[in-house]
Amino acid sequence: MSLKDKINITGITDEGLVRDHNEDSIASNAELGLLVLADGMGGHKGGEVASAIAVDSILQDLSKALPQITTGNTDENTGYSIESMLIEKAIKDANSKIYTAAQNNKNYEGMGTTVVVLLLYDNRITVAHVGDSRLYRMRDRILEQMTRDHTLLQELVDRGFYTKKEARESLNKNLVTRAVGVNPDVDVDLLEDIALAGDMYLLCSDGLTDMITDDLIEDIQLNYRDNQNKMNKELIKQAKDHGGKDNVSVMLAQVLKEFPANSNWVSKILDIFS
Amino acid sequence: MATIQISFNGEAEKELQLDKETMTIGRKSDNDIHLDNLAVSGHHAKILTILNDSFIEDLNSTNGTYLNGSLVKKNSLADGDIIKIGKHEMKYINTNANSEGDFEKTMIINPDSDGMQETEGSDEIDKSVGAIVAEIASSDSGKSSQQKAKIRLVSGANNGKELALTKVLTTLGKPGVQVAAITRRPTGYFLIHIDGGDNGERPKVNNQQISSKAQPLSDNDEIEVAGVKMTFFFE
Repeated sequence: MSLKDKINITGITDEGLVRDHNEDSIASNAELGLLVLADGMGGHKGGEVASAIAVDSILQDLSKALPQITTGNTDENTGYSIESMLIEKAIKDANSKIYTAAQNNKNYEGMGTTVVVLLLYDNRITVAHVGDSRLYRMRDRILEQMTRDHTLLQELVDRGFYTKKEARESLNKNLVTRAVGVNPDVDVDLLEDIALAGDMYLLCSDGLTDMITDDLIEDIQLNYRDNQNKMNKELIKQAKDHGGKDNVSVMLAQVLKEFPANSNWVSKILDIFS
Repeated sequence: MATIQISFNGEAEKELQLDKETMTIGRKSDNDIHLDNLAVSGHHAKILTILNDSFIEDLNSTNGTYLNGSLVKKNSLADGDIIKIGKHEMKYINTNANSEGDFEKTMIINPDSDGMQETEGSDEIDKSVGAIVAEIASSDSGKSSQQKAKIRLVSGANNGKELALTKVLTTLGKPGVQVAAITRRPTGYFLIHIDGGDNGERPKVNNQQISSKAQPLSDNDEIEVAGVKMTFFFE
């Protein structure tokens, strides 16, 4: 079942105002409802190589694997959906490819990348991420950050050393505690949730969130909610107007209507008192 | 490198470099910063230093740790801050802290490496910042997500029935009346509003309707979905 007419996907990546090349990569598959965004780092050309491998590899793996499964099944050991397990595996495969490439080429030594993946299926979503690229959801005019950064700063906030406000001013802003391709294996954070008609999902690199606040992101989403292309452009523009010091990438997925795999999905998914 | 200037009753005693990631402060002689006074607990506080930033943490001392006059448990330190423990004062000196500087490229901390490096002028991505960071990076602060949780119905026809939350996403409710879901995220368990039926009412946690955002759940929270009350608890 194609999701093309049910979910509207847009995406822009921009090198920003300061960097001379773009180390971010984005890709999507509208039929499958799949979005992938990666922010590479390290080495001379390493960053853009790492993010490109990640995005290509994950998109290809999943474009092959997802059509072969029946939705609605759960992995008994972990409690995650089969889709989530495939996404985790695709990220781990990308990790191996980048790690191997870095081992075999001196120019790529130490390269790595963040990644955030969104899959929409059967009125549900799976979000997978590593590093400080984020996923936000706009629902009922409220913006919510769904991922938690894998950064030193976030860890310090969680442990009570910093308030959120102090964290924005800290010098240790750009220290990532997890990345794809740096070690032989990688831990992936997975989350599952229900998607509703009207939801707007935002994937972004830190080139957006280091430059503009969540409040401004929410304002832009409210002001441009009737035109997703303009919303996408405005987010990039505001990141540049506020400094544009890093590459900036923004992908949006809007749920235009429900996308159940089978009919009568609500009663099908009920686990208790049905 | 950051330093602290120690004084006692207003008289300068000594100046120490914060050259270790963890510097303990206390009355016992095994502390890095040894303050021999009865107002000081055996192991009173510690200063963590990660790259250019330092943090003070009180170690449940008897008389407390004061930062610029306020009692603190944990806090970041800024150049010129005064830490007070008993009659001892320690002035934190770090002229590099929070200076604007270049907008540094994102770097990866590799928790497998040892030792702390200086940040100045280093363009390497393989920053090894030692034991603290390794511990911070490896210990998932969202430990509650590892814990197994259940819900127990406390009203309605199925009163007393328990359901183990084995799936990451568990849906509850009655279609057309109210549907919600409990999801297990890396940061813990959350209740999500899905469908409020005709009157649009939302599920409640501890008698409060939840918003459109995912609502974090704590042990023994009372949840109400579609008029059915249940308790969320960790096994």
